[in-house]
Amino acid sequence: METPLTHNISPGKEPPDLAQYEKAGGYAALRKALSMSPAEVQAAVKESNLRGRGGAGFPTAQKWSFVPMGDDAPRPKYLVCNADEMEPGTFKDRMLLEGDPHQLIEGIIVSAYAIQADVAYVFLRWAYKLAARRMEESIAEAYRHGYLGKNILGSAYSLGMHLHVSAGRYMCGEETALLNALEGKRANPRTKPPYPQVSGLWGKPTIVNNVETLCNIPHIVKRGAEWFKSLSRSDDGGTKLYGVSGRVKNPGLWELPMGTSMREILEEHAGGMCDGYQFRGLLPGGASTDFVTAEHLDLAMDFDSMKKADSRLGTGTMIVLDDKTCPVGMLLNLEHFFAQESCGWCTPCWSGLSWIEQILQDMEEGRGRASDLEVLESHTRLLGPGHTFCALAPGAAEPLQSGLKYFRDDFERHIHEKRCPWSPT
Amino acid sequence: MLSEQERREIEAHARHYPNNRAVCIEALKIVQQHRGWVSNEGIADVAEALQMKPAELESVATFYNMIFRKPVGKHVILLCDSVSCWIMGYERLRQHLGDKLGIRPGQTTADGRFTLLPNVCLGACDHAPVMMVDDAYYQDLDPARVDEILASYQQEEEKSTDGNAADS
Repeated sequence: METPLTHNISPGKEPPDLAQYEKAGGYAALRKALSMSPAEVQAAVKESNLRGRGGAGFPTAQKWSFVPMGDDAPRPKYLVCNADEMEPGTFKDRMLLEGDPHQLIEGIIVSAYAIQADVAYVFLRWAYKLAARRMEESIAEAYRHGYLGKNILGSAYSLGMHLHVSAGRYMCGEETALLNALEGKRANPRTKPPYPQVSGLWGKPTIVNNVETLCNIPHIVKRGAEWFKSLSRSDDGGTKLYGVSGRVKNPGLWELPMGTSMREILEEHAGGMCDGYQFRGLLPGGASTDFVTAEHLDLAMDFDSMKKADSRLGTGTMIVLDDKTCPVGMLLNLEHFFAQESCGWCTPCWSGLSWIEQILQDMEEGRGRASDLEVLESHTRLLGPGHTFCALAPGAAEPLQSGLKYFRDDFERHIHEKRCPWSPT
Repeated sequence: MLSEQERREIEAHARHYPNNRAVCIEALKIVQQHRGWVSNEGIADVAEALQMKPAELESVATFYNMIFRKPVGKHVILLCDSVSCWIMGYERLRQHLGDKLGIRPGQTTADGRFTLLPNVCLGACDHAPVMMVDDAYYQDLDPARVDEILASYQQEEEKSTDGNAADS
């Protein structure tokens, strides 16, 4: 089984420097891309069926295709790498940033070439200090060796690259909010349309791609779409970084074929549940995905299969709920997070999420009422897609709506017993 | 007024952006790094240097949780309170840290050594529960490990105090 994304990565060790990265075949994809036209690079990525790894799964080449090309296109154009990994339960991009920074840098340069971007920004979350240091050193190294700057490797193509280390807030992961943060503003989302591809950073054409998405690009260009599709067990090409956290024997992160089943990840890689703990459910791809339960575990972890369980692949990093953890308490933790991180820009989000949090808090403290379940259910609809500027509130509604469906008895026990059944007192 | 050092660092970052305003978040981080937190004076200094209105800069500063608009202790403890850490024992750790330091989340110890701040997911969920002290990650925590970590910061300071005494 091939693992292109993590091939050079040895956790706990220093990442390959530029010379080692080149020796392992690095920057060959950039040389190849520069001999192709931007349209040919876009076509190769389109053919590969690469879908965005940030959570939404939008086809990468299709996203790129909306960028105006040619001599009349507005300039400068921007490519932004979204390295603001802040989805609770998600720890995948960190490995790529810390473990093989040149792979990401090459991915950004090749992608920037495909849309003829003039400047690239890496928007990195503040907590990843080690990644910040390594990215900074590696960008400088790439400049020194002619992979960045004017006339890259003697070609007509030029690109500047800068690292922006964020000052916090989950909202910055939303692509239009991220653009506001880069412009030095509050990270509120922007109305779409216009889409960033046409009017993004400082009103110029801009692409925002996730770290893992960009890391796939050099491999696709170098080895071709057919090879990339052959890595996958599903129609979506490539491998995927899958993670597991919670009460399992061996929590961790693994690069596996896209479409590996949840059961295989949970049982073979994460080692199954810890002794004394039973599986009750899991959030498959971070805090803002719907719960799935034991009946769904044989589904493939890919974008389309997860829809069969009314859930999403999201970031591919699962959070496991065990029988000794209160599902209502877990939802309170999740909704507290979303309420706190709401930017306050639109009313259904800031008002609705704090209302949800208060109801769940009351339930946990023995003040639940029979009518609460109906109020919570109405919120999952009112905060759903189409009622807010961005995906934060709809994301918050996902674990809640599925939690109400699968753990209804647990909610009712809280209300009838006027206490949390998991609470020691 | 900004120090010469602060001004130089801000100017180095400003080159990465097409206008001055875009560097304001980085500028706030630079001032915080030198002064420990961002006071009203810090806001006024940065606003003046970037030709922004202080109120406009304040609206940016208060949005981002890693810009401290109140003084913090010598070390800032960021305890992850998100879902994986919550499942793996966050509440027990918060209780333990609070008891040990004699403060509630959001407060600073009387000796000014530690500030305790709950924080969203730190991206190390396979090693939950997790916290950061300043720039360092601490993983797979339990109360005993937390005690060791706190003691190591205390010892380090005592050592550096001894060193200063020897110098003088």
